[in-house]
Amino acid sequence: MAENFEQHSDISAADLARLTQEAQAEATPSTAKIIWSEFKADKPAMAALIIIVGFILFVMIGALFINTPKMMETNIMGYFNQPFTADYWLGADSAGRSVAKQLIVGSRNSIGIAIGLTVISSTFGICWGLISGYFNGYIDWGMQRVYDFMMMLPMTMMIIVLVTIIPHYNSVTLTFIFSIFYWEGTSRLIRSRTLAESEKDYVAASKASGTSHWKIIFREIMPNISSLIIVDCTLSFAENIGVETGLSYLGFGLPAQTPSLGTMIANANDPNNITQYWWTWFPAALEIIILCLSISYVGQVLRRAADSSQRQGSVN
Amino acid sequence: MWKTILRRFLIMIPEVIILSILVFLLAKAMPGDPFTGSINPKADPAQIHHLMKINGLYDPWYQQYWNWVVHLFHGNLGNSYQYQEPVTRLIGGRAANTLWLALFTMILTYVFALPMGVYAGRHEGKLPDTIIRVYTYVTYCIPFFVILVIGIWIFGYVLGWFPTTGSISSDANGWIQTLGSRFYHILLPGLLGALFGTVNIVQYLRSEVIDAKHSDYVRTARSKGVPSKDIYRHHIFRNSLLPIAAFAGYSITGLLNGSIFTETVFSYPGMGLLFVNSISYRDYTVITALVLIYGILNLIGTLLSDIILSIVDPRIRIQ
Repeated sequence: MAENFEQHSDISAADLARLTQEAQAEATPSTAKIIWSEFKADKPAMAALIIIVGFILFVMIGALFINTPKMMETNIMGYFNQPFTADYWLGADSAGRSVAKQLIVGSRNSIGIAIGLTVISSTFGICWGLISGYFNGYIDWGMQRVYDFMMMLPMTMMIIVLVTIIPHYNSVTLTFIFSIFYWEGTSRLIRSRTLAESEKDYVAASKASGTSHWKIIFREIMPNISSLIIVDCTLSFAENIGVETGLSYLGFGLPAQTPSLGTMIANANDPNNITQYWWTWFPAALEIIILCLSISYVGQVLRRAADSSQRQGSVN
Repeated sequence: MWKTILRRFLIMIPEVIILSILVFLLAKAMPGDPFTGSINPKADPAQIHHLMKINGLYDPWYQQYWNWVVHLFHGNLGNSYQYQEPVTRLIGGRAANTLWLALFTMILTYVFALPMGVYAGRHEGKLPDTIIRVYTYVTYCIPFFVILVIGIWIFGYVLGWFPTTGSISSDANGWIQTLGSRFYHILLPGLLGALFGTVNIVQYLRSEVIDAKHSDYVRTARSKGVPSKDIYRHHIFRNSLLPIAAFAGYSITGLLNGSIFTETVFSYPGMGLLFVNSISYRDYTVITALVLIYGILNLIGTLLSDIILSIVDPRIRIQ
């Protein structure tokens, strides 16, 4: 192609370079660029992003330096130690265990499960939605009935029952159990977008030229709705933090010897703890609030970036 | 439209059957058997074997399932091991508490959400709209149980304005006092649930009002000289209200699922707390019954919403 072009065209090399540059300048900027400019325009969003990334890195690295079994040992000398002292930055709980250390390890566990849950349930939900939306007709109808059925199940109860039935579970099995029940929202959203996308000309053209269904779905439609997928994953990540911590709070999430933000908030179930020893549970509650708000705020910014009519930042 | 409703019902039947099979199999998978607790440890194994046999516990699972369904239709859900009382009576006593709380929360949610939604839509893009948007955003992303814990800490313990446990105080006697005490106990969980559950209604109503603002009938009303206040109150609000009313079904479903958290935090003796306690005591007959009831209530809630929506909005009727 390029050789042909040079042989038959009158345009000089310099002109060609200039035209290319102009075309690149006018072309739609890349997704990454749009998102970056959106964050630059919105200072609170930048702060939220820094908080999230910094905090997750701090927790992941910090937890490596903490010996969890040793930390969970009862230490009677530290019984409800006051916070803001040299040994116990955030005080100690009824077993004399450092709240600050538990908070770091617990955050690592809770955030890890939330990330795993988001990855598994979103992947499944995206595939489900794409397939259901692309193959209209009976396949879609059947998949929608399964969706309706899953929506009818009392989710929290089913998870608790499954956790009770399974004799030995750890954070990985727990993540899979949660994932069974948390893909519906994503699948519904992706399906409705895929339905609209399948009507478009490029899909019809691709079908006419004999491209296989799977290639159309995953190489053509999916990249076209990628911005929606990014936004949805971010928002469900914020929600998923609440899923594990909520069940751990009830006592059906991570086992008691594995600290989690939820089990720390469960300290508040004791009327003495909730008033006198507020430091045993309040930092965890505050952390969940800040994390969820920051992550969903980042999600809102990504949503704005995906919708060109709402953008605040200017590229170039 | 009747066709749509009939179709919706027909789809519901297999759903209920699959749910009941699932619940039955889960109950089978749980450790223990129906005689746990009703026989003493010294019982002869041969006698237990005999009991199992005459009660059909060695039958194939589909036959056992069939027997279970027949019992279900006779209103016999078995006996609770922990409370030593028929499950139907046990749940019947708790169901009223849960339903009252859910109903109260739902009414409060509408009381808060309707004015906010209309106001935000009316002043689109202005300061009040921004404030309401930020409010719905904040309430939407914080996990609800964290709000409940902080709420009971501030208003129940620190300020001492509200009771922190139970559904009725022990020294309430007489008709008015009983009712007052019950109301007092659901006030805080209801308020928290309503304040933090408005997001769907507010956002839907807001976009509905914004759409209606530019519609022909509003322009006609304006050109007739109807005051702006009356346009919002009589024309736009009434038109947007019906689809919002349809949300009630979904709203009840959400509240029931949230009741597990609400009732645990407030030690409120409803079905949610009963479920959590039964799990701790491995009281399987109660657990099975509650999962089934919640599933069916979910189904009825969604069905109700779908029917109202299909009456109100012809676009979503199934062809």
